[in-house]
Amino acid sequence: MELVTPGIGLIVWMTLSFGIVLFVLGKFAWKPIMKSLKEREGTIESALNEANKAREEMKTLHFDNENLLRDAKEERDAILNDARKVRDSIIEKSKLRANEEANRIVESAKETIQNEKMAAITDLKNQLATLSIEIAEKILREELSDGKKQKDYVKKLMDEINFN
Amino acid sequence: MVNTYRLKELRLIRSIILSFLMVAGLSLHATETESKQDESVKKEYNAGEAIIEHIVDSYSWHILDYGEHSIAIPLPVILIDEGKFYFFSSAKFEHGHASYKGFEIAHAGKNKGKIIKANHDEHAEQQTPLDFSITKNVTAIFISLLIICFIFISVANSYKKRVGKAPKGLQSLVEPLILFIRDDIAKASIGKNHEKYVPFLLTIFFFILINNVLGLIPFFPGGANITGNIAVTGVLALFTFLITTFSANKQYWMHIVNTPGVPWWLKFPVPLMPVVELIGVFTKPFVLMVRLFANITAGHIIVLGFISLIFIFGNMNVALGYGVSIFSVAFATFMGFLELLVAFIQAYVFTLLSALYFGMATEEHH
Repeated sequence: MELVTPGIGLIVWMTLSFGIVLFVLGKFAWKPIMKSLKEREGTIESALNEANKAREEMKTLHFDNENLLRDAKEERDAILNDARKVRDSIIEKSKLRANEEANRIVESAKETIQNEKMAAITDLKNQLATLSIEIAEKILREELSDGKKQKDYVKKLMDEINFN
Repeated sequence: MVNTYRLKELRLIRSIILSFLMVAGLSLHATETESKQDESVKKEYNAGEAIIEHIVDSYSWHILDYGEHSIAIPLPVILIDEGKFYFFSSAKFEHGHASYKGFEIAHAGKNKGKIIKANHDEHAEQQTPLDFSITKNVTAIFISLLIICFIFISVANSYKKRVGKAPKGLQSLVEPLILFIRDDIAKASIGKNHEKYVPFLLTIFFFILINNVLGLIPFFPGGANITGNIAVTGVLALFTFLITTFSANKQYWMHIVNTPGVPWWLKFPVPLMPVVELIGVFTKPFVLMVRLFANITAGHIIVLGFISLIFIFGNMNVALGYGVSIFSVAFATFMGFLELLVAFIQAYVFTLLSALYFGMATEEHH
């Protein structure tokens, strides 16, 4: 019977001591433990959230970087292309101009040569005329050295002059 | 992640406790065998009496018998009788052989083992004083409560000291259990208002667990059968009952008075369901009380029964006693492991059911 008969003393001591311990532990053990567990869970959660956020940011940053790099590459290519074009065009232009210049020089040389040639011809003609006159003069002097002949010639010239 | 971590921790704790208990249990069984052997030669061994003696309360803390001498720690006796206050050491009773100031320990009758007023007339009705003695169980309760206070206040201090750091030492030993009770018992059973019940649930869980385990250690400061004492489990259940009743909301009482989902003729004119529900309010803590008491006491009785077999057979023949002792110790060791499992299970069940009752009392919607 003793086994299932609760003793009044034990009930009183148990209630008293357990009640006190419940209060003491509640105030000095469970409260700080629960508080710091909660705090730690909070920190862990916020740290995880931040890590996630950072990862997302890293992703976008990476994306941005890639974009930037691609843009830069494109720009570089464009610049290089332009430069090549400009170079080509410059070369082309200079070639053209050089040709033109050469042509012009050749033209002007030709012209000069022509002019010189014409001048030389004119000069030759003039000299030829002078020479011809001198030769004619000498011949005439030779021819007209006797009187008869002079008269015939004047007569002939007179005949040729038409007085009409 | 967290779960596997918790599981590993639990495994570690369990293996440490198990190995400690195994060594302790075996060594004690050996000493018990020796000391009782001498006694049993002289007088007939009564297994039933010996077992009950081991699981009930007593006025002194018996440690061991050495030959003719029994070594025990005397404990204070506090009595109130007819308005007078008595306070003396239980050593005055000389292990129950003497009476002191008109009181003695009853050897027979319904108050067997308790203090009664000395009466020379054997057939007169035994009269008992109001007994507030610091008995073996009361001392063991004090010791275990001191252990609990020491453990958890030091753990709380390490939480304060190591803010935001990983748990260490004792802290990491109890943290998985604390988290288990908070998350898997309180939060799961009570819901959003669980926080104010967590301190009580933690306290009863660790009180029951530590006393269950201490009860398995057969020598001082263990060996007292606290959680196998109906007064102790009764007080624990009373706390659960009071908290349930005082935190009960309108819905809880309405559920008792007007149980939903039941035909009206069960409630009116004869209020059958309300009566059943009202009885249920009291049977819940009563069952809590009996379950813990019976589980722990039954385990102890089985272990002690196996050990008693040694003496029963030893009384017939000494060699037979030694032969049986091999099997008895093996079975008692096995029971020790089982009891250890039961120690955890019962602490868990008591806490879980308390939490469920709180959850029922504070439930908002169905």
